[in-house]
Formats: sequence, C-alpha cells, structure tokens
Amino acid sequence: MKPLLSIEHLSVNFGQQTVVDDISFEIFPGETFALVGESGSGKSMTALSVLRLLPNNAQLNATAIHLQGDNLLARSERELCKIRGRRIGLVFQDPMSSLNPVMTIAEQIVEVLDIHFDFPAEKNQQRVLELLQQVELPEPQRRMAEYPHQLSGGQRQRVMIAIALAGEPELLIADEPTTSLDVTIQAQILQLLKNIQQQTNMALWLISHDLALVSNIADRIAVMQHGKLVESGCNPGLFEHPQHAYTQQLLAALPRLESCNNRPAQERQPLLSVTDFKVYYPIRKGIFKRIVDYVKAVDGVSFNLQQGKTLALVGESGCGKTTLGKGLLNLIAGSSGSVLLDGLALHELSGDALRQQRAAMQIVFQDPFSSMNPRMLVGDIIAEGLHALHPEIKALERQQRVQHLLTAVGLPKEAINRYPHEFSGGQRQRICIARALAVEPKLIVCDEPTSALDVSVQAQIIQLLKQIQQETGVSYLFITHDFGVVAELADDVAVMYKGKIVEVGHVTQVLNHPVHAYTQKLLGAVPKLGGVTP
Amino acid sequence: MVMLWTDALIYLLLLTLAALGFYLRGKEHIKRPLQKISSSKVGMVSLVVLLFFVLIGLLDSIHFIPSNSKNNEIISVLDYWATPLREHGEKTYSAPFATTLYSKEMQTLPDGTAQFGYPTLRFGGSHLTDPTTQLLPDLLKKTAYGLFQGASLSSFFMLLLFSLSTKQRERFKRSATAKTVWAVIFFIVSLSYTLVYLSAYYHVLGTDKVGEDVFYQAIKSIRTGLVLGTLTTLIMLPMAIIFGILAGFFRGWVDDVIQYLYTTLNSIPSVLLIAASILMVQVYMAKHEADYTSVIVRADMRLLFLCLILGVTSWTGLCRLLRAETLKLREMEYVQAAQALGVKQSMILLRHILPNVMHIVLISVVLDFSSLVLAEAVLSYINIGVDPTTYSWGNMINGARLEMARDPIVWWSLSAAFVFMFALVLAANLFADVVQDAFDPRRAGND
Repeated sequence: MKPLLSIEHLSVNFGQQTVVDDISFEIFPGETFALVGESGSGKSMTALSVLRLLPNNAQLNATAIHLQGDNLLARSERELCKIRGRRIGLVFQDPMSSLNPVMTIAEQIVEVLDIHFDFPAEKNQQRVLELLQQVELPEPQRRMAEYPHQLSGGQRQRVMIAIALAGEPELLIADEPTTSLDVTIQAQILQLLKNIQQQTNMALWLISHDLALVSNIADRIAVMQHGKLVESGCNPGLFEHPQHAYTQQLLAALPRLESCNNRPAQERQPLLSVTDFKVYYPIRKGIFKRIVDYVKAVDGVSFNLQQGKTLALVGESGCGKTTLGKGLLNLIAGSSGSVLLDGLALHELSGDALRQQRAAMQIVFQDPFSSMNPRMLVGDIIAEGLHALHPEIKALERQQRVQHLLTAVGLPKEAINRYPHEFSGGQRQRICIARALAVEPKLIVCDEPTSALDVSVQAQIIQLLKQIQQETGVSYLFITHDFGVVAELADDVAVMYKGKIVEVGHVTQVLNHPVHAYTQKLLGAVPKLGGVTP
Repeated sequence: MVMLWTDALIYLLLLTLAALGFYLRGKEHIKRPLQKISSSKVGMVSLVVLLFFVLIGLLDSIHFIPSNSKNNEIISVLDYWATPLREHGEKTYSAPFATTLYSKEMQTLPDGTAQFGYPTLRFGGSHLTDPTTQLLPDLLKKTAYGLFQGASLSSFFMLLLFSLSTKQRERFKRSATAKTVWAVIFFIVSLSYTLVYLSAYYHVLGTDKVGEDVFYQAIKSIRTGLVLGTLTTLIMLPMAIIFGILAGFFRGWVDDVIQYLYTTLNSIPSVLLIAASILMVQVYMAKHEADYTSVIVRADMRLLFLCLILGVTSWTGLCRLLRAETLKLREMEYVQAAQALGVKQSMILLRHILPNVMHIVLISVVLDFSSLVLAEAVLSYINIGVDPTTYSWGNMINGARLEMARDPIVWWSLSAAFVFMFALVLAANLFADVVQDAFDPRRAGND
C-alpha cells in the first residue's frame, strides 16, 4: 500500500535549539497513527511542520514531506492554503480557546466550507447539519445558531472535529484532543473519532502523552523523546515488548490500577472527621442584592480520614473537589458544617487563634508555576511558614531546617538562593511539598499535585509522597481525577459527583467492585494499557 | 542658602531614590531587567538625555540669596552661572542671532534727528562695529570656535576617564551601546557648550515681548517641567498603591468605599478642581501677605499646589490598574499557600502582593511623567497653570500665542518651548517603552 503521508528526515530548529531531530515516518490511508511523548518532546512541532504552521523563528529542514506523492515542501504558501483544512484537517487541544466566541457554530463551519467548496447557501446549511449530526452533537438544528460559550467542553470539541471534517480531509491530525476533557467525555470523543474514521476511511494522526489512551485506539505507535523518534511499531506489539529503554521507562512510570490490590485495610484513629460540610455561594439578584438561590459547590459531605493514611478524593472537573479541599483549610468563605482535625475545630476559630493552628493542615497545589511567588527566593518561600508561626526560631536554625527539608524532598541545598523560575515543574512541586512540610503538618491536602506533570515525573513525586508519609506519618487528602494515581497512592477513596460524595471505601474495594453507577461509569471510561477500545 | 518647598521635596525624592537603589541593589529580579535596559541603545540614549535635563533641573533647585543682591532676590545656581543671560534684557522682541529689534520704532540719532528704523540691540551682537557685514562671518567663527572648545573639553574628560578606569575602557571597546552612549554625551556636551558660548554674544533663541532671552526661559522651564512630572507622581503614588491594593485584596466594603471615591473623583472635571484650588491658594497668600513677600516664594507655592492637585486628580487610573491586578494576585495559589501557612495579612500584602505589582507602578510612573509635562502646557494656556512669573514651557507658549497672528510671525518662543518639551517628553516616552519591555514578566521568559 502506498503511504498517505511520508515524512523524510524532518528537523526543526529554534536558533541553536533542535526541537525535532531528523525524524522519518509514514502514515497509511485509513490507519490510526499515534505519536506519543512527554511535553517538549517535539510532537506538536512535527505536526505543525507538515502544514508549515511553525512559528516565524523556527527553521524547517526536511528531505521531503509527501502527501500522496505530492511534495508539500515544494508548494507555495498559497497552494498550502488549499491543502490545510481540505486534505489535512487539524483538531487542537483546547476547545475553549479554539473557537471564535463572537461567531455562531454554523458560521464557523460555513467559513471552512466557503474556503474549500463553492456551495450555494442552502447546501452550506445542509452540510453543516450533516457534519453536526456526524459528530453526534445533540440537537444539531438548535446548536447551529448557538455561540461557543453555550456549549460544554466536550460539545465544543465535537464542533472542532466537525470543522476539521468540513473539508473532507484524507488525514485528520488530532493534537491532544482530549487532554483538557474529563475522562468520561474523553472516552466519548475517542469513540467518535474511531467511528468517523471507519465511516470515511480517513487516516487519523493522534498526538498524545497518554500511553494507555494511545494503546486503546492506535494501529501503529511511535515514541518521541527530545525531538527524536526512539521507537515505533504496531499496537499492541510495541507496548508488550518495548525495545528502547525510554519506552520501557515510560511504561514503568505509568500508574496502574492493579497496584492497589495488596494494600492492607486496617482501621486507625481518625485524624480528620468531616460531618455535613457545605460550601454554598449565594446567587444575588435585584437592586438590593437579595439572595435568591445558592450554587451548592459542596453539598453536605461527610467522611473520616485516618491517621497516617491517604484518602483520595476523585471526581470530574466541576464536582467541587478543589472547593472542598480549600474549604477544609478555611481558605474560602461560605463554608458550614463540622470539621474536626485531631479534635480541634478549625472552623470555629478566627483571627490570630486561627493563624496559630494553621500549621496542622497544609496544601500543595496543582499548578507548580503559580503556586510560588516569582519574586521570592526558594529559601524564603520554604521558611515563610516558620517565619510566621515560629518567630522565635533563630535565622541560623531556620536556614538549617530549610536545608534539611530541601534534602528531604530530593533537591540540592544550593536551591536556597535561587528563584522558582530556575526549576522545572517537578522540582517546583518538590519545593511546594517542602514548604508544606516546613511547619510539620498532620495533614496535607494535595490538590492534583501531579496532573500538570509528565508521567515519569509524576511517578517520582508519588514515590516522594509515599516516602514522606512513611517517615513522618503525615496524612494526605489527595484530590485527583486520575484513577491510576489513586491506585498507586491511596488507602481509601471517596468519589465525588455534583458536590456530594457518592461512594467511600477502601481502595481495592472501590476500584475492583464499584457499587455506585457513577463510579462504575468513571472506571469504565479510564483507558487501560492493553485494554480494549473504550 | 534658601530652601523652597519644591526644593525640599526634590531632595526628599532624591534621598528616596537613593534609598530604594540601596535596598534593591543585588536583587536578582531587579538586576535582570536593569541589565536589559543597559544593553538597549534607545533606552540608554534616552536616559542620557533625561539625565541631562535632570542635571539642569537640579542646578536650578539650589537656591540662595547672593551677597551682592540689591533687593534680597532669591536665585539658583543655574541663575548665577547664567547671570549674563539673565541680565542681558532687551526692550522687546528680537529674532534669534539678531542685532536689531524685530519692529521698527522712532529713534533719536546721536545728531538729534529722529529716524524710523530698527533700533540696535543693547547686548545682542553689540561687540560688532558693523553688524550688516560682520554678523555672518562672526557667527560662523564663534560657532566653530565654540564647537572646537566644547569638543576638546568633552574629549579631554572622556580620555581622562578612560585612562583612569580600565573597566570603562573595556566596556567602551566591547559594547556597541557604550559607544553610542558616549557619542551622545560627546554630542550633548559639545552642543551645549557652543550654545552657552554663543549666548554670551547673541540671543541664541531671540528675546520675548519684554526683551527677556528665550534661551534662558527655555532652560529655566526645565525645572518646572521636571517638578511637575516627578512631584505629582510622588503625591499620587502612595494613594494609588495603598488604595488600589487594599481595594483589590480586602474587597467587600473597603473595595466599595475606594471605588466610590475614585469614581466620584473621576467624574468631576479635573480642570474645575485645579482652577478652584489654585484660586484658593491665591486667596490664602493674599491674606497672609507677610509670609509671602518674595515673588519666587509665591510662585513656588503655586507650583507646589498645582502638583498637589494634579496628584490628587490623577491617582485614579493607576489605582484601578493596581486594584485589578491585586484581584488577580489574591487568587494566586502562592497567596493561598501563605494564608494556609498562617502568614499575617499585612505580611501577605507586603511580601506577595506589593512586589508583584511593582512593574505596573514603574511603567505608569514613567508614562505619567510625560503626560504631566504636557498637561502643564495646556493648563498654563487657560491660565490655571503655574504662576505667570514662573518660567515654564506652558507660559512661553501662552505668551507667544498672541503673536502667531502677527506678520511677520514671532516664531521663536513657541519653537523653543516645543523643541525643549519635545526632547524631554520623547526621551521619557522612549525610556518608558524600554522600561516596560524590560520589566514585563511575560517577556522575562524568552530572553
């Protein structure tokens, strides 16, 4: 069979820096080809260089890029415009910012149709409807006249796919199409892509960092590292017998649901007991700002967290898990209910009394880039809590403690005199953990601390958290959407749905024998390595 | 030595700047943008021009009563050095480098006959015996001589500096920016020396209605412009920073009160407020005449109040910006982490919020400076600006505007004010651009 797209010796440079380093591969008609790699490995740049959509300061070198024997490198910018969207469609990662907020859905699809076809107006409308039906958007007739903000994230991604399909392309490039979506929506979108591919026999080039997801959908997989193609092969053969060390390392770092199976269940003293905890945001209307209703972000949640154990709080975006975490720390207003940490009701305190008790509960945030003041030295950041709560400690002792903490989280002592921006995402997350540990807390709320990190870095951070728990006996409330991480780390699991906890139990029980329908749906949607297509 | 109110504030400002510089010295996040500024040609050249203006302004801010003074007149160091310029008054308008007045009048010749013609100037070109033939050669000769002297003077000092400091020499050899900066310094020193040299013999920029040297007026106006630009910012900054950060951080009723305040203030036409307050100062000084005997003290008081009222009316813009930025920052995770660590709110404001809004403050200070210099010109035009006896570009323009209709036109007052103001504002704007680029954290990553 003749390849649809063949890339020969492609390199992309930014000045001295090489982001794509001499890679060659082929994509055949009707197949699903997946390019996997961690962030910064050059996967997106490879896709963009095929369409010559690279940033201005990038230099592209390649022997040839053939689309059905037609060398794209020889095409002028004008001629490429006829190929982009017509013969090669593109779907981006973020459906929130990829659509124009001031144009209706129909207008945005018609825009593409007008560029590539010469349909009369009625035919355009008819085609839009067909496309929306094809991407299984509910009530397509009504949606056509709506604006992007009226759609949910998953629906927007469906519209993006419809736009990409409008030109009836031979190749669809999907660049991390489901990364910003919830796991159940992700399963739906992948199913949709697979269906469309089977209907139209178009080739699908999937770019992703998620090995499990890729193993469920792809026919062939190529692994990229530092701009190089390290290994490629057929699915499932490649992941069953990985040859290259990097592929093996990636697979080993992948959190597995099975890893929880021999975790013993033992009852301990509860450290944190939460009863009927609520966070309501009032909705005010009218000139007197009367409260007409509430947004029930957290709606009557009760659970216990045992000493020295990890409770994972799982749920999709918008279910109120982050609000619950911050509410427990008394960082947001509008919470009610009883929170007892080691017998102490933090929520009944205020002012200085509250400040003094803050040390017992700490938090580690999701985004390692916004969780540290860019204007402060790492040493000052870690010492901040000591400064505030233990002003009696002398400067020298404080510095020794900070150095000790840095060693404990696996960073060099010299980090003390450096700024946060000099560190990578994983290192920053280590600094944040050190900052939380500085005041010797009994409980650390971890708010998706690994979801912004690459899979290998994620594995290291999970390892670090486990190790710290063994050494200090600290408890974790681990907020996450990733069941793999839950299985690696948690003792107990609480599943949250629309502000309520729908299922609580020991990790083996919940993951292997989920009782609640929502938990079953969530677990069913999680892509598993070597599993069947979702 | 006499210290006027604005002088005192200028010294205070200098001290604050020095203290700030001392505090920020060696701080990594300040050093990086500063290095970026110092490697930018445009930035450094505009800084040199600005510093030259500042130097003149500072010389004009050291006031004293000379020992040989007849009527206890307060003068500045600049006045003292420019005594010839100050005292070489003519009768009325004369064009630049002219030897006669601009308009004909009846004059009595030595032999007693009356003649209608251009009277010769008392000082401008008075060393010439036959102005009609000697003027041009003398002018060329003196310009060349002045340029030569100025150039040799500046080259002498530059060579002296390079021979003494190896560091400067190395920098000059290596960096293109240093070469440009020194070239600009060389040019400015030579040019100003030539102008000063020429102004001893001629009125370089002509004279105005009452025969005062326009070059002197333009130079004296520099201080007024700088005082207005800097002192107003000094008054406005604390209000903008404190109110803006408090409103953004505490929200609730604090935010409501502060927003109410600046929305109200913003909806009053500031010209009205300025006019009213200037009038109040006038009345106050008229009532306490004993305390304000000297003309220059009265003028200074009015200048100070103009700064005050401009400051009070102009803090709202920056305050809004800072409030918005603080609203964003207070939701940042590092602020929440600090709260979780039990850090006091005052410390959060000081350590987490304030340093992270400083780039906005810095940028808007430099931008506001130029708009304030221009505002003075507009206010003087409608007679609510500085005192009519204060030298300012606004007053120069205001005085010259009536002569625009005259034929032949009197263009030099207006042009001189324009050129000086333009140079200062352009330098400040270019510098502001470079500062903005250097301190913008979004650009910090890609260099």
